[in-house]
This record gives sequence, structure tokens and C-alpha cells, in this order.
Amino acid sequence: MSCALPAFAASSAAEPAPPFAVLMELTHRCPLRCPYCSNPVALESASAELDTATWKRVLDEAADAGALQVHFSGGEPCVRKDLEELVAHATEIGLYSNLITSAVLLDQPLLERLQRAGLQHVQISLQDAEATGADRVGGFKGGHVKKLEVARAVVRQGMALTINAVLHRHNIDRVNDVIDLAMDLGAGRIEIANVQYYGWALANRAALMPSREQLLAMDAAVRARLPELAGRIVVDYVVPDYYARRPKSCMGGWARRFINITPRGRVLPCHAAETIPGMTFETVHDRSLSDIWRDGPAFARYRGTDWMPEPCQSCDHKEEDWGGCRCQALALAGSADAADPVCELSPAHAEVAVLRDRDAAALGTEWTYRGL
Amino acid sequence: MNAIAPNIAETDRLRLAPGVMLRNDRRRGQWMLMGPERLLVLDEMALAVVRACVGTEVADVAAGIDRLTVEYDAPRTEVAADVLEMLTDLRNKGYVVT
Ligand code: SF4
Ligand code: SF4
Repeated sequence: MSCALPAFAASSAAEPAPPFAVLMELTHRCPLRCPYCSNPVALESASAELDTATWKRVLDEAADAGALQVHFSGGEPCVRKDLEELVAHATEIGLYSNLITSAVLLDQPLLERLQRAGLQHVQISLQDAEATGADRVGGFKGGHVKKLEVARAVVRQGMALTINAVLHRHNIDRVNDVIDLAMDLGAGRIEIANVQYYGWALANRAALMPSREQLLAMDAAVRARLPELAGRIVVDYVVPDYYARRPKSCMGGWARRFINITPRGRVLPCHAAETIPGMTFETVHDRSLSDIWRDGPAFARYRGTDWMPEPCQSCDHKEEDWGGCRCQALALAGSADAADPVCELSPAHAEVAVLRDRDAAALGTEWTYRGL
Repeated sequence: MNAIAPNIAETDRLRLAPGVMLRNDRRRGQWMLMGPERLLVLDEMALAVVRACVGTEVADVAAGIDRLTVEYDAPRTEVAADVLEMLTDLRNKGYVVT
């Protein structure tokens, strides 16, 4: 999440400020098979998914906890037959609904029903600017064309459209085309994201990592266009971690903005948190979201700054980036308790460049599609 | 389309962008613009500007500035400068559109 959100109130250990949004991964099922999917490598099965009544209760609890928005995501949330019912429930209790989708299961009638249920915003992922590459990455023939159709229908119906473009070795050179496409579709916003190496993406890093030259060309192209794009399309652009000198504030800080709920109802501070060993996660069957948010062990563990080691503890940026991403610290420094090694002040920073350059040079590496 | 988008002018007519709504969050006691995966907390001044200058029932930005000039009993040129800057910022952040 790269949106700039205000902090509502100073949070204390006893009573943290309420969450901004709940991310509900309704399912891990998805017709696409992106090799950079952020879902865990061990996908949860359809039979384990929460039922409609439980998701509604979770929505109620999210509103009680103070969340203002819900992100219906997945997997592909549209595989759930009760999506419309859940959106309607969210609307009824005053939550703002976002749909994070691959769009291949959407059509105009369903979009209209979702809009009537109160859906405000549809975020559609594009795998590339052109169909051949896009369908190859998504592993779904005809997907790209379908996405464009749905995107136009979203705009025609007057809903907000965001295009989410995830860049990697195979499409990064077409960043300008992706921006043009988003403008042509009438998107209000584009997320120019670079693959984040968790879950499937971590396993496929050597097949996806762009080279330094590619990265610099992309970065220059985007920056050159930002002035002309201002006022026409909102651009959320984040420099890819492995080429950055400072980490991002992951999820706006651990347990500060978001609650993530997996298809079977595990309550996580971030969608990749399950990769961290030794964490205890509660489920929606254990306690209310308010209780879990306030003092659940997984939420409390890295909230705020008390947990921080050096160099973060004495760093001026610690309340800006919150020490970066815990899952990335685990993947790259071997410990989720460390500073994110993307930070140039981290003792493990040099290692990031070594891994990156090794993987960027591994041209010809085939990716593994996500799958069961 | 390489030109920089012009700033909001008094002759513009503005509405909230698709998916954007003005909301009062009672729990936090704050007015906000709620939009796609984002929100903007409005202080008293920003709220007054949005109410005066944005929406289909507002003739144009100039009419909103006139109203604010009266309400705040301030020189119109100063009000106009502040309001246009704020509206341009809101437009660039995607909360309002022409
Ligand atoms: S990243 Fe691709 S495979 Fe994963 S949920 Fe999104 S569309 Fe489906
Ligand atoms: S030392 Fe820690 S807090 Fe400071 S910039 Fe690096 S990661 Fe952020």
C-alpha cells in the first residue's frame, strides 16, 4: 500500500489508533497464475474459506474497530458467489468498498450489481501493456483483452478505476505504454509497482529481477512524465526495494493502518506475516478484531518503535519508515527483528546488491507459475 | 499531451472525482474526503472550501470564492489565491475533477 494517509492520532502502547482499512482476502483461488503473486506459496483451499455469515461478522467487527474502508481482495475475490452480498453489507454499515481484482471474471451485469451494492472503486491489475506478454505472465489466455473491456465498463459506470501495473524484467521496458494505456482507459490512478519479493515472487526472483540499466531507464521515464501527469492521473510510484537506499514504510507501519485477513480467517498485520517464524496469529474465531488489533501478539510485536534494534533505534527516520518491511528483513537478513536490509545503514545492505545482481544476471531463468 | 495541466481557475466547475465522497467520521470527530484506498482529513478551512466550491450545484469556482469572501470577511484576492491553490492540490491528488 503506497497511499499517503494521515495518522489519526498518536498511538500509545495501551490504546493504538484505530486501523484505516481491513484487507479481506476472500479466497486464494484465482484463474490467473502470476509468478509474482503475493499469496503464500502454500495456498489455502476453497473448503477452508470463511462462509458468508462469518465474513459479515468480520466486516461488523472491522467497523467497530474503527476501520473506514474494506479492500475485497484475494486471490480473485470475484470467484466468491457472495461478493455482492458482502459489498452490500459493507455499505450498510458505512464502510467504503474497494475491489482488488484481476477482472477476468467480471462483466458489465456483475459490475452493475456491485455498484448498486455500493462498490466505489475497482483496482484492476495489468500484467503488461500488450496482450501477448500479459497473457503469458498471467498464464491466462485472453485475459488482457478482457481486463481492458472491464476497465472501460468501470469508467463508463462512473466508478473509480485504478490500474495496478507490476513491473519486472519482462515488462519494465514498456512502462510508458502502461501509463498511456491507463490514461486511455480513463483510470483516475495508476500504481506503478515493482515486484515485491515475498511468496511466489521470492521463489521466482531470478526469473523476474530487472537489471540496473532497465531500472534506471524506467525510473527516468516515470520521473520525466510526472509533471505532465499531475492533475490528469494520480501516480503511485515506488522505487523498487532492491535498488533503493532506504526502505518503504511497509503497510504504513506494522499494525498502524491495516488488518489483513486470510481466506480461512487468520488475522495478520500484513499479508506476508505468516512467513515469519515464531509468530502467533489469532483467527476471527478467537477474539474480536478490536481486541486483536489492540493487543494481539502478532500486532504488538513490531508496532511502534520499542522493538527496534540499531541502526533504527537511534535513527531520525524511524517514525517515517518504521524500520521497513519485517518480511523482507527475514528474507534478506535472516531475521524479522532486524532493520530492513534495503536500508543502506543496515549491516546486511551489501548482501542485497549481491543477491540482486546475481538474480538480475540470471537471464533465461524460467519462472514457476503459482499453483496448488 | 506534454503540457503541464493548468492550475484550477475561477471559471472551472468542479465535482468530486469518481469514488470520492465527503464523510464525517463521528468516532474520530473529523471530516474527510474518502476515496479509492485513501482518505484526506479536512481541517475547518478545507471543509469550507470543498463545500463552497465543489459540486454540481455550484455555478463555478468564482461563486465559491465570493461566498467564502463574505463568510470569512477577508480580501477577495487573498481568498482566491488560497482557494485556487488548495483546489489545484485536491485536483492533483485526485479528489476533485473538472
Ligand atoms: S497476482 Fe495474479 S495470480 Fe495472484 S491473485 Fe493477483 S491476479 Fe491472481
Ligand atoms: S536505520 Fe532503520 S529507521 Fe533508519 S532509515 Fe534505515 S530502516 Fe529506516
